[in-house]
Amino acid sequence: MKRRDFVRKASLSSFATLIGAEIVFASKMVDGYIPLALQDPDPFKLFNKNKGMVVLNDKPWNIEAQAHLLDDPITPNAKMFIRNNGLVPQKINAETWTLTVDGESVINKKTYSLAELKSKFEQYTYQLTLECGGNGRSEFDPPAKGNQWTVGAVHCATWTGVRLRDILNDAGIKDNAIYIGYHAVDQHLSLDPTKEPISRGCPISKAIQDETILAFKMNGEDIPIAHGYPLRLVAGGWPASVSGKWINRISIRNKVHDGTKMMGTAYRVPCESVAPGSKVKDEDMCIIESMPVKSLITFPKSGAVIKKGESLKISGHAWAGELEVSKMEYSIDFGSTWNNCIVANPPNRLAWQRFTASIDFPKKGYYEVWARATDTNGTAQPMLLPGWNPKGYLNNACHRIAVKVK
Amino acid sequence: MDQREIENISLKKQYRILKIAIAALFLYTCGFFYYLFNPSCLDFNSKEVPTYIDDDDRIENGIHVSTGLIEAEGLMLVVNNCTNCHSSKLVIQNRMNEDGWNQTIKWMQETQNLWDLGENQKPIVDYLVTNYPPRTKGRRMVLKDIEWYDLYNE
Repeated sequence: MKRRDFVRKASLSSFATLIGAEIVFASKMVDGYIPLALQDPDPFKLFNKNKGMVVLNDKPWNIEAQAHLLDDPITPNAKMFIRNNGLVPQKINAETWTLTVDGESVINKKTYSLAELKSKFEQYTYQLTLECGGNGRSEFDPPAKGNQWTVGAVHCATWTGVRLRDILNDAGIKDNAIYIGYHAVDQHLSLDPTKEPISRGCPISKAIQDETILAFKMNGEDIPIAHGYPLRLVAGGWPASVSGKWINRISIRNKVHDGTKMMGTAYRVPCESVAPGSKVKDEDMCIIESMPVKSLITFPKSGAVIKKGESLKISGHAWAGELEVSKMEYSIDFGSTWNNCIVANPPNRLAWQRFTASIDFPKKGYYEVWARATDTNGTAQPMLLPGWNPKGYLNNACHRIAVKVK
Repeated sequence: MDQREIENISLKKQYRILKIAIAALFLYTCGFFYYLFNPSCLDFNSKEVPTYIDDDDRIENGIHVSTGLIEAEGLMLVVNNCTNCHSSKLVIQNRMNEDGWNQTIKWMQETQNLWDLGENQKPIVDYLVTNYPPRTKGRRMVLKDIEWYDLYNE
Protein backbone atom coordinates (compact mmCIF):
# COMPACT_ATOMS: atom_id res chain seq x y z
CA MET A 1 0.00 0.00 0.00
CA LYS A 2 1.40 3.37 -0.91
CA ARG A 3 1.94 5.65 2.04
CA ARG A 4 -0.46 8.19 0.69
CA ASP A 5 -3.27 5.65 0.40
CA PHE A 6 -2.61 4.48 3.90
CA VAL A 7 -2.78 8.02 5.23
CA ARG A 8 -5.99 8.68 3.35
CA LYS A 9 -7.69 5.54 4.68
CA ALA A 10 -6.42 6.19 8.19
CA SER A 11 -7.60 9.78 7.96
CA LEU A 12 -11.10 8.75 7.03
CA SER A 13 -11.41 6.50 10.04
CA SER A 14 -9.96 9.12 12.37
CA PHE A 15 -12.28 11.73 10.89
CA ALA A 16 -15.12 9.41 11.79
CA THR A 17 -13.76 9.05 15.32
CA LEU A 18 -13.48 12.78 15.75
CA ILE A 19 -16.94 13.48 14.45
CA GLY A 20 -18.33 10.66 16.54
CA ALA A 21 -20.14 9.10 13.64
CA GLU A 22 -19.36 7.08 10.59
CA ILE A 23 -18.94 9.16 7.49
CA VAL A 24 -21.60 7.44 5.45
CA PHE A 25 -20.38 8.44 2.04
CA ALA A 26 -16.69 8.41 2.88
CA SER A 27 -15.83 6.52 -0.28
CA LYS A 28 -17.33 9.35 -2.31
CA MET A 29 -15.31 12.00 -0.52
CA VAL A 30 -12.99 13.87 -2.81
CA ASP A 31 -9.27 13.41 -2.25
CA GLY A 32 -8.02 16.19 -0.01
CA TYR A 33 -11.48 17.14 1.20
CA ILE A 34 -11.63 17.92 4.92
CA PRO A 35 -15.09 17.33 6.33
CA LEU A 36 -16.81 20.57 7.29
CA ALA A 37 -17.00 19.40 10.88
CA LEU A 38 -13.23 19.65 11.05
CA GLN A 39 -12.73 22.89 9.20
CA ASP A 40 -11.18 26.02 10.63
CA PRO A 41 -12.18 25.93 14.26
CA ASP A 42 -12.06 29.71 14.57
CA PRO A 43 -15.55 30.75 13.54
CA PHE A 44 -14.77 34.39 14.18
CA LYS A 45 -12.23 34.34 11.37
CA LEU A 46 -14.19 31.87 9.30
CA PHE A 47 -17.31 34.06 9.26
CA ASN A 48 -15.81 37.49 10.06
CA LYS A 49 -17.69 37.72 13.33
CA ASN A 50 -17.19 40.10 16.23
CA LYS A 51 -15.22 38.54 19.11
CA GLY A 52 -18.12 39.20 21.45
CA MET A 53 -20.38 36.77 19.59
CA VAL A 54 -21.12 33.54 21.41
CA VAL A 55 -20.77 30.15 19.76
CA LEU A 56 -23.60 27.86 20.88
CA ASN A 57 -22.85 25.00 18.54
CA ASP A 58 -20.12 24.21 16.08
CA LYS A 59 -21.75 21.40 14.19
CA PRO A 60 -23.83 22.82 12.75
CA TRP A 61 -22.68 26.36 13.37
CA ASN A 62 -24.94 28.37 15.63
CA ILE A 63 -23.61 31.68 16.87
CA GLU A 64 -25.46 34.47 18.61
CA ALA A 65 -24.93 38.15 19.26
CA GLN A 66 -25.28 39.86 22.64
CA ALA A 67 -27.73 42.69 23.20
CA HIS A 68 -25.04 45.37 23.35
CA LEU A 69 -23.62 44.22 19.99
CA LEU A 70 -26.88 45.05 18.26
CA ASP A 71 -26.84 48.83 18.71
CA ASP A 72 -26.12 49.59 15.02
CA PRO A 73 -29.29 50.80 13.31
CA ILE A 74 -28.42 48.42 10.45
CA THR A 75 -26.78 45.23 11.72
CA PRO A 76 -23.37 44.62 10.11
CA ASN A 77 -22.34 41.07 9.21
CA ALA A 78 -19.91 40.92 12.14
CA LYS A 79 -22.80 41.07 14.60
CA MET A 80 -25.39 38.94 12.83
CA PHE A 81 -26.33 35.65 14.43
CA ILE A 82 -25.82 32.44 12.45
CA ARG A 83 -28.34 29.67 12.72
CA ASN A 84 -27.65 26.61 10.60
CA ASN A 85 -29.54 23.36 10.51
CA GLY A 86 -27.04 21.64 8.23
CA LEU A 87 -23.54 22.16 6.93
CA VAL A 88 -22.53 25.33 5.12
CA PRO A 89 -22.20 24.51 1.40
CA GLN A 90 -18.60 24.25 0.26
CA LYS A 91 -18.27 25.09 -3.38
CA ILE A 92 -20.69 27.63 -4.75
CA ASN A 93 -20.43 28.96 -8.25
CA ALA A 94 -22.64 32.00 -8.74
CA GLU A 95 -21.98 31.88 -12.50
CA THR A 96 -23.71 28.54 -12.87
CA TRP A 97 -26.24 28.97 -10.05
CA THR A 98 -29.88 28.53 -11.01
CA LEU A 99 -33.23 28.96 -9.36
CA THR A 100 -36.04 26.63 -10.38
CA VAL A 101 -39.69 27.36 -9.72
CA ASP A 102 -41.77 24.19 -9.67
CA GLY A 103 -44.43 22.45 -7.60
CA GLU A 104 -48.00 21.15 -8.02
CA SER A 105 -49.34 24.66 -8.41
CA VAL A 106 -46.91 26.21 -10.88
CA ILE A 107 -48.31 26.89 -14.34
CA ASN A 108 -44.96 26.74 -16.14
CA LYS A 109 -41.97 25.24 -14.38
CA LYS A 110 -39.11 27.66 -14.95
CA THR A 111 -35.40 27.90 -14.27
CA TYR A 112 -33.50 31.19 -14.03
CA SER A 113 -29.82 31.97 -13.83
CA LEU A 114 -28.75 34.57 -11.27
CA ALA A 115 -28.02 36.98 -14.14
CA GLU A 116 -31.54 36.47 -15.47
CA LEU A 117 -33.07 37.14 -12.07
CA LYS A 118 -31.09 40.36 -11.78
CA SER A 119 -31.86 41.62 -15.30
CA LYS A 120 -35.41 40.39 -15.78
CA PHE A 121 -36.99 41.61 -12.56
CA GLU A 122 -36.98 44.96 -10.80
CA GLN A 123 -34.72 45.11 -7.73
CA TYR A 124 -35.71 46.35 -4.30
CA THR A 125 -33.84 47.02 -1.08
CA TYR A 126 -35.47 46.63 2.33
CA GLN A 127 -34.19 46.57 5.87
CA LEU A 128 -35.74 43.44 7.39
CA THR A 129 -35.87 42.05 10.91
CA LEU A 130 -35.02 38.37 11.07
CA GLU A 131 -35.34 36.69 14.43
CA CYS A 132 -34.81 33.02 15.12
CA GLY A 133 -38.02 31.40 16.34
CA GLY A 134 -36.05 29.96 19.27
CA ASN A 135 -34.48 33.25 20.37
CA GLY A 136 -34.78 33.31 24.18
CA ARG A 137 -35.19 29.54 24.47
CA SER A 138 -32.64 29.33 27.29
CA GLU A 139 -35.13 30.89 29.70
CA PHE A 140 -37.85 28.28 29.44
CA ASP A 141 -38.52 26.05 32.41
CA PRO A 142 -38.74 23.11 32.06
CA PRO A 143 -35.93 23.58 29.59
CA ALA A 144 -36.53 23.08 25.91
CA LYS A 145 -34.24 21.06 23.71
CA GLY A 146 -32.17 22.85 21.11
CA ASN A 147 -29.63 25.60 20.97
CA GLN A 148 -29.98 27.66 24.12
CA TRP A 149 -30.33 31.09 22.55
CA THR A 150 -30.40 33.99 24.99
CA VAL A 151 -31.34 37.28 23.33
CA GLY A 152 -28.96 37.60 20.39
CA ALA A 153 -30.64 35.62 17.61
CA VAL A 154 -32.03 38.67 15.85
CA HIS A 155 -30.67 41.07 13.27
CA CYS A 156 -31.89 43.76 10.94
CA ALA A 157 -29.69 44.13 7.86
CA THR A 158 -30.60 45.52 4.45
CA TRP A 159 -31.33 43.02 1.74
CA THR A 160 -31.38 43.69 -2.00
CA GLY A 161 -33.05 41.40 -4.47
CA VAL A 162 -36.12 40.69 -6.53
CA ARG A 163 -39.65 40.20 -5.27
CA LEU A 164 -40.62 36.58 -4.93
CA ARG A 165 -44.07 37.64 -6.17
CA ASP A 166 -42.66 38.80 -9.51
CA ILE A 167 -40.92 35.46 -10.05
CA LEU A 168 -43.93 33.40 -8.98
CA ASN A 169 -46.13 35.43 -11.34
CA ASP A 170 -43.64 34.98 -14.18
CA ALA A 171 -43.86 31.21 -13.78
CA GLY A 172 -47.58 31.40 -13.08
CA ILE A 173 -49.51 30.53 -9.91
CA LYS A 174 -52.46 28.15 -10.20
CA ASP A 175 -55.66 29.00 -8.34
CA ASN A 176 -55.17 26.06 -5.97
CA ALA A 177 -51.80 27.32 -4.67
CA ILE A 178 -51.68 27.83 -0.92
CA TYR A 179 -48.02 27.65 0.12
CA ILE A 180 -44.48 27.94 -1.14
CA GLY A 181 -41.60 25.76 0.01
CA TYR A 182 -37.91 26.40 -0.51
CA HIS A 183 -35.09 24.01 -1.27
CA ALA A 184 -31.40 24.72 -0.85
CA VAL A 185 -27.98 23.19 -1.33
CA ASP A 186 -26.81 22.95 2.28
CA GLN A 187 -25.77 19.49 3.40
CA HIS A 188 -27.48 17.32 5.98
CA LEU A 189 -25.36 16.62 9.08
CA SER A 190 -25.33 12.92 8.19
CA LEU A 191 -23.93 13.86 4.77
CA ASP A 192 -26.77 11.79 3.30
CA PRO A 193 -27.46 13.58 0.02
CA THR A 194 -31.09 12.44 0.01
CA LYS A 195 -31.84 14.42 3.18
CA GLU A 196 -32.48 18.15 3.37
CA PRO A 197 -31.36 19.85 6.60
CA ILE A 198 -34.27 22.27 6.36
CA SER A 199 -36.92 23.05 3.76
CA ARG A 200 -39.53 25.45 5.06
CA GLY A 201 -41.80 28.03 3.49
CA CYS A 202 -44.80 30.28 3.97
CA PRO A 203 -48.37 30.75 2.78
CA ILE A 204 -48.86 32.44 -0.60
CA SER A 205 -50.18 35.53 1.21
CA LYS A 206 -46.76 36.04 2.83
CA ALA A 207 -44.86 34.99 -0.30
CA ILE A 208 -46.46 37.75 -2.39
CA GLN A 209 -45.83 40.62 0.02
CA ASP A 210 -43.75 43.49 -1.38
CA GLU A 211 -41.00 42.88 1.16
CA THR A 212 -40.64 39.12 0.58
CA ILE A 213 -37.62 38.97 -1.68
CA LEU A 214 -35.03 36.65 -3.12
CA ALA A 215 -31.91 38.56 -2.15
CA PHE A 216 -28.44 38.50 -3.63
CA LYS A 217 -27.00 41.38 -1.64
CA MET A 218 -26.80 42.05 2.10
CA ASN A 219 -25.83 45.49 3.34
CA GLY A 220 -24.86 46.40 -0.23
CA GLU A 221 -22.45 43.53 -0.78
CA ASP A 222 -22.59 39.90 -1.85
CA ILE A 223 -24.31 37.93 0.90
CA PRO A 224 -21.67 36.28 3.14
CA ILE A 225 -21.54 32.50 2.70
CA ALA A 226 -22.91 31.82 6.18
CA HIS A 227 -25.93 33.98 5.47
CA GLY A 228 -26.95 32.34 2.22
CA TYR A 229 -24.71 33.33 -0.70
CA PRO A 230 -25.58 33.57 -3.52
CA LEU A 231 -29.37 33.63 -3.08
CA ARG A 232 -31.48 33.90 0.05
CA LEU A 233 -35.21 34.07 0.56
CA VAL A 234 -35.92 36.90 3.00
CA ALA A 235 -39.32 37.05 4.70
CA GLY A 236 -39.04 39.66 7.46
CA GLY A 237 -41.09 39.44 10.64
CA TRP A 238 -41.47 35.66 10.51
CA PRO A 239 -39.23 33.08 12.16
CA ALA A 240 -35.89 33.46 10.37
CA SER A 241 -36.09 29.81 9.31
CA VAL A 242 -38.60 30.92 6.66
CA SER A 243 -35.79 32.96 5.14
CA GLY A 244 -34.00 30.01 3.56
CA LYS A 245 -30.35 30.29 2.61
CA TRP A 246 -28.53 29.00 -0.50
CA ILE A 247 -31.86 28.72 -2.34
CA ASN A 248 -31.96 26.88 -5.67
CA ARG A 249 -35.61 25.89 -5.87
CA ILE A 250 -38.98 27.28 -4.85
CA SER A 251 -41.99 24.98 -5.05
CA ILE A 252 -45.49 26.38 -5.35
CA ARG A 253 -47.55 23.95 -3.34
CA ASN A 254 -51.24 23.03 -3.37
CA LYS A 255 -50.95 22.16 0.32
CA VAL A 256 -49.01 23.33 3.34
CA HIS A 257 -45.37 22.65 2.49
CA ASP A 258 -44.27 19.39 4.06
CA GLY A 259 -40.48 19.80 3.91
CA THR A 260 -38.00 19.16 6.72
CA LYS A 261 -38.76 21.16 9.87
CA MET A 262 -42.34 21.94 8.87
CA MET A 263 -43.73 19.09 10.99
CA GLY A 264 -43.73 17.86 14.58
CA THR A 265 -42.46 20.32 17.14
CA ALA A 266 -40.16 22.18 14.71
CA TYR A 267 -41.11 25.84 14.46
CA ARG A 268 -44.54 24.95 15.75
CA VAL A 269 -46.24 25.76 19.05
CA PRO A 270 -49.33 24.36 20.75
CA CYS A 271 -52.44 25.75 19.02
CA GLU A 272 -53.97 26.13 22.46
CA SER A 273 -51.79 27.11 25.42
CA VAL A 274 -50.51 24.28 27.62
CA ALA A 275 -49.08 23.95 31.12
CA PRO A 276 -45.27 24.00 31.28
CA GLY A 277 -43.82 20.58 30.53
CA SER A 278 -46.93 19.20 28.83
CA LYS A 279 -46.73 16.61 26.09
CA VAL A 280 -48.43 17.98 23.00
CA LYS A 281 -49.65 15.84 20.13
CA ASP A 282 -48.48 16.67 16.61
CA GLU A 283 -52.00 17.48 15.48
CA ASP A 284 -52.33 20.02 18.27
CA MET A 285 -49.31 22.00 17.09
CA CYS A 286 -49.59 25.04 14.81
CA ILE A 287 -46.94 26.59 12.55
CA ILE A 288 -45.47 29.84 13.83
CA GLU A 289 -46.23 32.74 11.50
CA SER A 290 -45.61 36.35 12.56
CA MET A 291 -43.12 36.77 15.41
CA PRO A 292 -44.36 38.55 18.56
CA VAL A 293 -43.61 42.11 19.70
CA LYS A 294 -40.17 42.41 21.29
CA SER A 295 -37.39 44.84 22.08
CA LEU A 296 -33.78 44.96 23.18
CA ILE A 297 -31.84 47.60 25.09
CA THR A 298 -28.67 47.73 23.00
CA PHE A 299 -26.97 50.56 24.90
CA PRO A 300 -25.57 50.57 27.47
CA LYS A 301 -24.28 47.06 28.01
CA SER A 302 -25.73 45.52 31.17
CA GLY A 303 -23.55 46.32 34.20
CA ALA A 304 -23.15 50.06 33.69
CA VAL A 305 -22.14 52.01 36.79
CA ILE A 306 -22.97 55.73 36.82
CA LYS A 307 -22.72 58.45 39.41
CA LYS A 308 -25.69 59.95 41.17
CA GLY A 309 -26.90 62.96 39.22
CA GLU A 310 -25.82 61.57 35.85
CA SER A 311 -28.54 60.80 33.32
CA LEU A 312 -28.43 57.42 31.62
CA LYS A 313 -29.07 57.60 27.90
CA ILE A 314 -30.40 54.28 26.66
CA SER A 315 -31.06 53.14 23.10
CA GLY A 316 -32.34 49.99 21.53
CA HIS A 317 -34.53 48.39 18.92
CA ALA A 318 -38.11 47.19 18.94
CA TRP A 319 -39.98 45.09 16.42
CA ALA A 320 -43.34 43.39 16.14
CA GLY A 321 -43.37 40.71 13.44
CA GLU A 322 -45.88 41.72 10.78
CA LEU A 323 -46.96 44.72 12.83
CA GLU A 324 -45.32 47.91 13.99
CA VAL A 325 -44.37 49.04 17.45
CA SER A 326 -46.69 51.83 18.55
CA LYS A 327 -45.35 52.43 22.06
CA MET A 328 -42.04 51.86 23.79
CA GLU A 329 -41.59 52.18 27.55
CA TYR A 330 -38.98 51.63 30.21
CA SER A 331 -39.21 50.94 33.94
CA ILE A 332 -36.54 51.35 36.62
CA ASP A 333 -38.68 50.03 39.47
CA PHE A 334 -39.27 46.44 38.38
CA GLY A 335 -42.36 47.28 36.35
CA SER A 336 -44.19 49.31 39.00
CA THR A 337 -44.17 52.45 36.87
CA TRP A 338 -43.43 52.97 33.20
CA ASN A 339 -42.08 55.91 31.22
CA ASN A 340 -42.24 56.46 27.49
CA CYS A 341 -39.22 56.17 25.23
CA ILE A 342 -38.95 58.02 21.95
CA VAL A 343 -39.52 55.41 19.26
CA ALA A 344 -38.77 56.09 15.59
CA ASN A 345 -40.84 54.93 12.65
CA PRO A 346 -39.36 51.92 10.86
CA PRO A 347 -37.29 52.76 7.73
CA ASN A 348 -39.70 50.44 5.90
CA ARG A 349 -42.31 47.85 6.85
CA LEU A 350 -40.85 44.86 8.76
CA ALA A 351 -37.73 46.75 9.88
CA TRP A 352 -37.01 47.26 13.55
CA GLN A 353 -37.54 50.65 15.17
CA ARG A 354 -34.94 52.54 17.13
CA PHE A 355 -35.84 53.84 20.57
CA THR A 356 -34.07 56.17 22.95
CA ALA A 357 -34.66 57.55 26.42
CA SER A 358 -32.82 59.56 29.03
CA ILE A 359 -33.22 58.19 32.53
CA ASP A 360 -32.71 59.98 35.85
CA PHE A 361 -32.38 57.82 38.95
CA PRO A 362 -33.79 59.08 42.24
CA LYS A 363 -31.02 57.78 44.51
CA LYS A 364 -28.02 55.49 44.72
CA GLY A 365 -28.49 51.79 44.42
CA TYR A 366 -28.98 48.76 42.19
CA TYR A 367 -31.45 49.17 39.37
CA GLU A 368 -32.73 47.15 36.47
CA VAL A 369 -33.89 48.95 33.38
CA TRP A 370 -36.71 47.01 31.80
CA ALA A 371 -37.94 47.67 28.28
CA ARG A 372 -41.44 47.00 27.03
CA ALA A 373 -42.75 47.42 23.51
CA THR A 374 -46.43 47.48 22.52
CA ASP A 375 -47.56 46.65 18.98
CA THR A 376 -50.25 48.31 16.89
CA ASN A 377 -52.79 45.76 18.12
CA GLY A 378 -52.17 46.91 21.70
CA THR A 379 -50.29 43.74 22.66
CA ALA A 380 -47.29 44.36 24.91
CA GLN A 381 -44.31 42.24 25.90
CA PRO A 382 -44.81 40.20 29.06
CA MET A 383 -42.51 40.74 32.06
CA LEU A 384 -42.35 37.02 32.76
CA LEU A 385 -41.85 34.18 30.31
CA PRO A 386 -44.73 33.81 27.85
CA GLY A 387 -46.54 30.50 27.32
CA TRP A 388 -44.35 27.45 27.57
CA ASN A 389 -44.08 25.32 24.45
CA PRO A 390 -42.17 22.07 23.83
CA LYS A 391 -39.35 23.61 21.81
CA GLY A 392 -39.11 26.91 23.61
CA TYR A 393 -40.12 29.31 20.85
CA LEU A 394 -41.41 32.89 20.97
CA ASN A 395 -39.92 34.09 24.23
CA ASN A 396 -40.57 37.81 24.05
CA ALA A 397 -40.32 38.57 27.77
CA CYS A 398 -39.05 42.12 28.38
CA HIS A 399 -35.33 42.72 28.15
CA ARG A 400 -33.55 43.86 31.31
CA ILE A 401 -30.17 45.41 31.99
CA ALA A 402 -28.51 45.96 35.36
CA VAL A 403 -27.39 49.47 36.35
CA LYS A 404 -25.73 50.74 39.51
CA VAL A 405 -25.84 54.34 40.68
CA LYS A 406 -23.05 55.18 43.11
CA MET B 1 -4.39 23.13 0.92
CA ASP B 2 -2.12 20.48 -0.65
CA GLN B 3 -2.03 16.79 0.07
CA ARG B 4 0.97 17.03 2.41
CA GLU B 5 -0.70 19.59 4.67
CA ILE B 6 -3.79 17.43 4.87
CA GLU B 7 -1.69 14.42 5.82
CA ASN B 8 0.05 16.47 8.50
CA ILE B 9 -3.25 17.59 9.94
CA SER B 10 -4.70 14.11 10.01
CA LEU B 11 -1.54 12.64 11.58
CA LYS B 12 -1.66 15.29 14.32
CA LYS B 13 -5.31 14.43 14.96
CA GLN B 14 -4.52 10.72 15.24
CA TYR B 15 -1.65 11.49 17.62
CA ARG B 16 -4.07 13.48 19.80
CA ILE B 17 -6.56 10.60 19.87
CA LEU B 18 -3.78 8.22 20.87
CA LYS B 19 -2.80 10.51 23.76
CA ILE B 20 -6.40 10.64 24.99
CA ALA B 21 -6.70 6.85 24.78
CA ILE B 22 -3.50 6.32 26.80
CA ALA B 23 -4.68 8.80 29.45
CA ALA B 24 -8.05 7.02 29.70
CA LEU B 25 -6.35 3.63 30.05
CA PHE B 26 -4.10 5.00 32.79
CA LEU B 27 -7.04 6.37 34.79
CA TYR B 28 -8.97 3.15 34.37
CA THR B 29 -6.01 1.11 35.61
CA CYS B 30 -5.56 3.34 38.67
CA GLY B 31 -9.25 3.05 39.47
CA PHE B 32 -9.15 -0.73 39.10
CA PHE B 33 -6.24 -1.16 41.53
CA TYR B 34 -7.84 1.21 44.04
CA TYR B 35 -10.97 -0.93 43.92
CA LEU B 36 -8.90 -4.12 44.39
CA PHE B 37 -7.47 -2.80 47.64
CA ASN B 38 -10.64 -0.99 48.80
CA PRO B 39 -13.43 -3.26 47.64
CA SER B 40 -15.95 -1.43 49.82
CA CYS B 41 -15.33 1.93 48.18
CA LEU B 42 -18.26 1.49 45.83
CA ASP B 43 -20.60 0.16 48.50
CA PHE B 44 -22.36 3.19 49.87
CA ASN B 45 -24.67 1.33 52.19
CA SER B 46 -21.84 0.02 54.33
CA LYS B 47 -21.28 3.20 56.33
CA GLU B 48 -22.41 3.11 59.92
CA VAL B 49 -25.57 5.12 60.08
CA PRO B 50 -28.78 4.83 62.05
CA THR B 51 -30.58 1.93 60.46
CA TYR B 52 -33.44 2.89 58.24
CA ILE B 53 -36.14 0.29 58.10
CA ASP B 54 -38.49 0.30 55.21
CA ASP B 55 -40.12 -2.52 53.40
CA ASP B 56 -39.93 -0.65 50.16
CA ASP B 57 -36.46 0.25 49.00
CA ARG B 58 -37.35 -0.37 45.38
CA ILE B 59 -35.93 1.82 42.66
CA GLU B 60 -38.19 2.47 39.70
CA ASN B 61 -37.20 4.56 36.71
CA GLY B 62 -34.21 5.89 38.61
CA ILE B 63 -36.34 6.98 41.58
CA HIS B 64 -36.28 5.58 45.12
CA VAL B 65 -39.97 4.71 45.36
CA SER B 66 -40.62 5.35 49.05
CA THR B 67 -38.95 8.77 49.15
CA GLY B 68 -39.08 10.01 45.58
CA LEU B 69 -35.37 10.77 45.74
CA ILE B 70 -33.20 10.29 42.70
CA GLU B 71 -31.22 7.05 42.64
CA ALA B 72 -27.59 8.07 42.65
CA GLU B 73 -24.37 7.76 44.62
CA GLY B 74 -25.18 8.66 48.23
CA LEU B 75 -28.93 8.03 48.06
CA MET B 76 -29.17 5.73 51.10
CA LEU B 77 -27.06 8.08 53.22
CA VAL B 78 -29.58 10.80 52.51
CA VAL B 79 -32.53 8.49 53.11
CA ASN B 80 -31.09 7.33 56.42
CA ASN B 81 -29.91 10.69 57.72
CA CYS B 82 -32.38 13.17 56.28
CA THR B 83 -35.81 11.55 56.25
CA ASN B 84 -36.15 10.50 59.86
CA CYS B 85 -37.37 13.87 61.02
CA HIS B 86 -38.84 15.38 57.90
CA SER B 87 -40.19 14.32 54.56
CA SER B 88 -37.93 13.83 51.61
CA LYS B 89 -40.18 16.37 49.88
CA LEU B 90 -38.53 19.06 51.96
CA VAL B 91 -35.23 17.98 50.46
CA ILE B 92 -36.54 17.73 46.94
CA GLN B 93 -38.20 21.14 46.83
CA ASN B 94 -35.21 22.94 48.31
CA ARG B 95 -32.33 23.52 45.95
CA MET B 96 -29.07 24.86 47.30
CA ASN B 97 -25.38 24.93 46.59
CA GLU B 98 -22.79 23.21 48.79
CA ASP B 99 -22.50 26.16 51.14
CA GLY B 100 -26.27 26.42 51.46
CA TRP B 101 -26.65 22.74 52.32
CA ASN B 102 -23.81 22.89 54.84
CA GLN B 103 -25.41 25.95 56.48
CA THR B 104 -28.75 24.17 56.60
CA ILE B 105 -27.20 21.10 58.19
CA LYS B 106 -25.53 23.34 60.77
CA TRP B 107 -28.84 25.04 61.49
CA MET B 108 -30.56 21.64 61.88
CA GLN B 109 -27.82 20.52 64.25
CA GLU B 110 -28.13 23.70 66.29
CA THR B 111 -31.90 23.81 66.47
CA GLN B 112 -33.40 20.51 65.29
CA ASN B 113 -31.31 17.90 67.09
CA LEU B 114 -29.68 16.59 63.98
CA TRP B 115 -26.74 14.43 64.95
CA ASP B 116 -23.15 14.93 63.86
CA LEU B 117 -22.97 13.55 60.33
CA GLY B 118 -19.21 13.02 60.57
CA GLU B 119 -17.63 11.61 57.47
CA ASN B 120 -21.07 11.21 55.90
CA GLN B 121 -21.66 14.93 55.57
CA LYS B 122 -19.56 15.34 52.45
CA PRO B 123 -21.16 12.50 50.43
CA ILE B 124 -24.60 13.68 51.54
CA VAL B 125 -23.97 17.23 50.42
CA ASP B 126 -22.37 15.96 47.21
CA TYR B 127 -25.53 13.97 46.48
CA LEU B 128 -27.79 16.95 47.11
CA VAL B 129 -25.72 19.38 45.09
CA THR B 130 -25.39 16.92 42.22
CA ASN B 131 -28.99 15.80 42.06
CA TYR B 132 -30.84 18.84 43.38
CA PRO B 133 -28.70 21.76 42.27
CA PRO B 134 -29.96 25.32 42.59
CA ARG B 135 -32.80 26.11 40.22
CA THR B 136 -31.34 28.44 37.67
CA LYS B 137 -34.69 29.15 36.08
CA GLY B 138 -38.22 29.88 37.06
CA ARG B 139 -40.69 32.10 35.36
CA ARG B 140 -37.84 34.61 35.13
CA MET B 141 -34.20 34.32 36.10
CA VAL B 142 -32.31 36.78 38.24
CA LEU B 143 -29.84 38.84 36.21
CA LYS B 144 -26.51 37.21 36.87
CA ASP B 145 -22.87 37.26 35.78
CA ILE B 146 -23.04 41.04 35.58
CA GLU B 147 -19.70 42.60 34.71
CA TRP B 148 -19.80 46.03 36.30
CA TYR B 149 -18.02 48.87 34.52
CA ASP B 150 -17.96 52.65 34.73
CA LEU B 151 -20.10 53.89 31.87
CA TYR B 152 -18.95 57.50 31.78
CA ASN B 153 -15.27 58.26 32.26
CA GLU B 154 -14.36 60.54 35.11
